[in-house]
Amino acid sequence: MTPTLFGRIQTRIALLATVGVVWTLLIGLVVPRPEGAETSAVYKALFTALLIVAVVGIAWELLYHALQQYRWEKDWPTIYGLLVAIPEGIVAWILLKNQIPWDVGPVPADTFLTMFISLWILVWAITNGPIQIMFLRWRYRGGRFLGGWG
Amino acid sequence: MATLQGDISQHLTDTSVWSDQDLANHGIPVFDVPFVSVGGGIGSFALVDTLRIAGVSTDQIRVVSDLERPSQTYEYLASNSQIRREHRLRSDSSSVIDCIWGWPGYALREAWGKKSPGVAMQVLLEPVAADYYTPRAGQVYESLNREAARISWNHMVTRGVVRHVRRRDRGDYFVLFTPPAGSASTKRMAFRTRFVHMAVGYPGVRFLDDLQQYRQQHNDYQRVVNAYEPHDHVYAEMRRRPTTVLVRGAGIVASRVLQRLIDDRDHHNAQTTIVHLFRNYPSGSQGDSATFRRPASKGWAYQGFNFPKAAWGGQMRDHLESLEGDARRDFIDAIGGTNTAPRKYWREQLERGEAQGFYLQGRGQVQSVTPTPDSRKIRTVVAGSNGLTTTEYDADFIIDATGLEANIEEHRVVSDLLRHVGAGKNVKGRLDVERDFQVRGVDNGEGRIYASGSMTLGGYYAGVDSFLGLQYAALRIHDNLAGAGFAARIGPGRSTSQWWKWARNVAI
Repeated sequence: MTPTLFGRIQTRIALLATVGVVWTLLIGLVVPRPEGAETSAVYKALFTALLIVAVVGIAWELLYHALQQYRWEKDWPTIYGLLVAIPEGIVAWILLKNQIPWDVGPVPADTFLTMFISLWILVWAITNGPIQIMFLRWRYRGGRFLGGWG
Repeated sequence: MATLQGDISQHLTDTSVWSDQDLANHGIPVFDVPFVSVGGGIGSFALVDTLRIAGVSTDQIRVVSDLERPSQTYEYLASNSQIRREHRLRSDSSSVIDCIWGWPGYALREAWGKKSPGVAMQVLLEPVAADYYTPRAGQVYESLNREAARISWNHMVTRGVVRHVRRRDRGDYFVLFTPPAGSASTKRMAFRTRFVHMAVGYPGVRFLDDLQQYRQQHNDYQRVVNAYEPHDHVYAEMRRRPTTVLVRGAGIVASRVLQRLIDDRDHHNAQTTIVHLFRNYPSGSQGDSATFRRPASKGWAYQGFNFPKAAWGGQMRDHLESLEGDARRDFIDAIGGTNTAPRKYWREQLERGEAQGFYLQGRGQVQSVTPTPDSRKIRTVVAGSNGLTTTEYDADFIIDATGLEANIEEHRVVSDLLRHVGAGKNVKGRLDVERDFQVRGVDNGEGRIYASGSMTLGGYYAGVDSFLGLQYAALRIHDNLAGAGFAARIGPGRSTSQWWKWARNVAI
């Protein structure tokens, strides 16, 4: 799939709101926890991280779209989809530690990384093909579910 | 009126709109079917596959074709242009002609089949740290045949050559065709149908005018050949004795021909000198904007596929859909035109050839192609691009690798559509279609005609002549047909359940 700007944003929001929520619920059961941490506190931190990746992600997508303009093919190579996890993860971690958007209490790095990396790879894998099983037109629409068709 | 039993008359040919009575008077048997695809190649296959997956039964579909299997013409042209079954096409891993979902792509399937993680790694790293993965031709053909069997392709094929598609006076169309000699009691037969799909491909092989003239004047069809026609005798001769060959064209076919020539030098001791003639010679990047610049060097313009990837489904597709007239033509020309794939193997060969002196480049406009005075060679006279210097190249063979015939009027049925049914030409002189591949100006009552493939280049989609382009057209046509009540629209539920059947190769 070669993304359009709205396709990027729609795909990110749609996948994090579905696969992201389910995965966060599941991974919350197994991530490393600070000693004595309540389950609810862990989930608060993880879902806040998810929200950051979704919302700040819109800004990231604007940047990726701008960078994409300098590529002749106007595409976004598969490997870029993995590599951008590094800056995105760092920014999400910084925001989380600085109580943005709110204080989630102490979050060990390995808790965050387990959730973030596993979810990233899952979403990346789904958007590199399997999503087309259900959404046949998605790849032609540059990642959009709404618009861009007829 | 005089009638011919089972054949058309000049009068009928000259009549644009036909009636049931007209065909009855001529003794031509007429069969009813709601959907007919004309062609029977990969274009027909892509649409029929989509319709079958959407739930249309085999008795609702007829494909009029003289091909044994959908990939036959493609295989013939690819093989002539030196892409044999074990060689790789110029096609993306996810342009999977046997799988409308595009996943798993050819790369994953090859990696799985061969237990080769290297193939999967290539598709992961392309095009940043590896050449684009492209599938082997044989893999494409085999999986296409498997899918054809799964959807009962052969049950839908009616053998024959279509002569005319004409409006019927009470709505719908007649598709008149010639069945194979001896297979029917009449010379012609016809389908009466509401929907017609035209997917007839290229009318033929295109020759450069000067080469065509040379061939005809000197009756020399052995030494001046087209890359798309059988020409293995040229390579055989070049292995036997030292020769000079002149190659014209700078697209993917020229790249493949050059590879064959240099492979023969490397592995079969051929002593071939290659003169490669360019009409246009891009030496630096093409385009004057940092956001619209195609890499080019030493005469070659480089991109992964025949159009940039975003033309198939990204922002370039969107942009093209919004363009009309000359702006559309200019944009298609800017992102397409003559170009080839930047493969490391090819670059290495050409650099070595240049360094060792067996690969020479020439540039300019050809002025004449004639036999040398002793008739042993063919002399090409080229005017330099600055108009001052003239160069002569004497070669034992000339290979024209400039492409296929794209003049749609060369195709009898398409030409008939233009003259008698009301179809028009688009900005690139090909068949004018809507964004959903409905042919403009040919509706008849509830009847519609669609077209896909190379004959529609110049419309709102650039990559029409590719696996993915044919599948895109198929999906757009399917959606239009669903709107007309012919098929159920494939939504997420049906898509998923049908993929599961496809994955297990369950017949539908």
